[in-house]
Amino acid sequence: MLLVLAATALVALALLSDLIIPRLDEGWRRLRVRRERAPHAGGGLWPGRRRHDAPLVYDPGRERRAEQRARALLRSCVNEEEWAMYRDLGFIRVWGGQANGPGEDGDTGGAPYAYLVYPHKPILAYLAQTHRLLGEYCVEFLDETRPYGSARLPDSDDVLAKWMALTGDERRLISMANMHLPGRQHDPAQVTRDLWRLKQWERARMRETPARIG
Amino acid sequence: MKPGHGEVLIAEGDVELAQDEERLVEEFRRQLDAGLWAAVPVVGESGRRQSMMVRTFAEIPRDADRVIFFPRAAGGR
Repeated sequence: MLLVLAATALVALALLSDLIIPRLDEGWRRLRVRRERAPHAGGGLWPGRRRHDAPLVYDPGRERRAEQRARALLRSCVNEEEWAMYRDLGFIRVWGGQANGPGEDGDTGGAPYAYLVYPHKPILAYLAQTHRLLGEYCVEFLDETRPYGSARLPDSDDVLAKWMALTGDERRLISMANMHLPGRQHDPAQVTRDLWRLKQWERARMRETPARIG
Repeated sequence: MKPGHGEVLIAEGDVELAQDEERLVEEFRRQLDAGLWAAVPVVGESGRRQSMMVRTFAEIPRDADRVIFFPRAAGGR
C-alpha cells in the first residue's frame, strides 16, 4: 500500500514538475535581484540599516516632496508675474541688464534682450523685439556631496538658482557658462512656440489686469 | 537647497543678539567654505524682486529675513 502511494506521489511530482520548476526558477531570480539591490537600501543582517558608503536609492516620494518645497521657495522669492509664468508656461523670463548684450562679444547694439530660464536646460538668450536667439548658456548647479544619490537640484530649485545668479550677478554667471549657438539643446522651433505662448500669455494677463484692479 | 531635499533650514537667529549673530556668521562661513554661493532676495529700486549675491556676512542687509545657499554654478554641457 505504502509502495503504491509513494509511486503515485512520484508520478504526480514528475507531472507537476513542468509547473513547479519555472516558478522556483523565477523565485530564485527575484531573490538574486533583491540581493543585488540590497547593498544600496539595507539588507544583510539588518535589512533596515544602510551601509555608510552606500548611496540611497531613488525615492519618487522624496523627490516629489523636495520639488513641492522648492516650488514654495521659488514662489516666495520671484516676482508674482514670474511665478505665474513658471506655473503656466514652465519657464521664467529674466531681462538682461548688460549694455551690449550677454557675453563678452555682445552684439545686440544696445537692443533689449532677455533670458528664458528652464529647469535643467541651458539658459537661452534672445532679443526681446525680434525674438532672434542669441545663444544657449549651459550652467549646472551640482551638489557633489550627492546627499540623496543625485547631484541634481529639484527642478524649481534649479530655476531659482539661475534666477538668483542672473538677477544678482548676470555677468559672473554668463562668464562661467559654456556658451553654444542656439539649437544645441533647445529646439529652435519649440523656443519660437514658447515665445509665442509667452506673448499670448502676457496679452491675456493685460486683458485681465483692469478686472483685477476693479 | 539640496538635491532630493529642496529647502533646508540651516540656522536662524536675530542678528541684533550677539550670540545669535556669532552663530550665524560661523554658519555663513561654513557654507561658503563648503563651496556654496549665498544670495539674499531683495526688492530693487524699481519695486521688483531680485537677488543680491553676497560673499561676506557684512554684505547681508541687516533687515534681510533670509540668506539662500545654493551650489555654485559651473559650466554645463
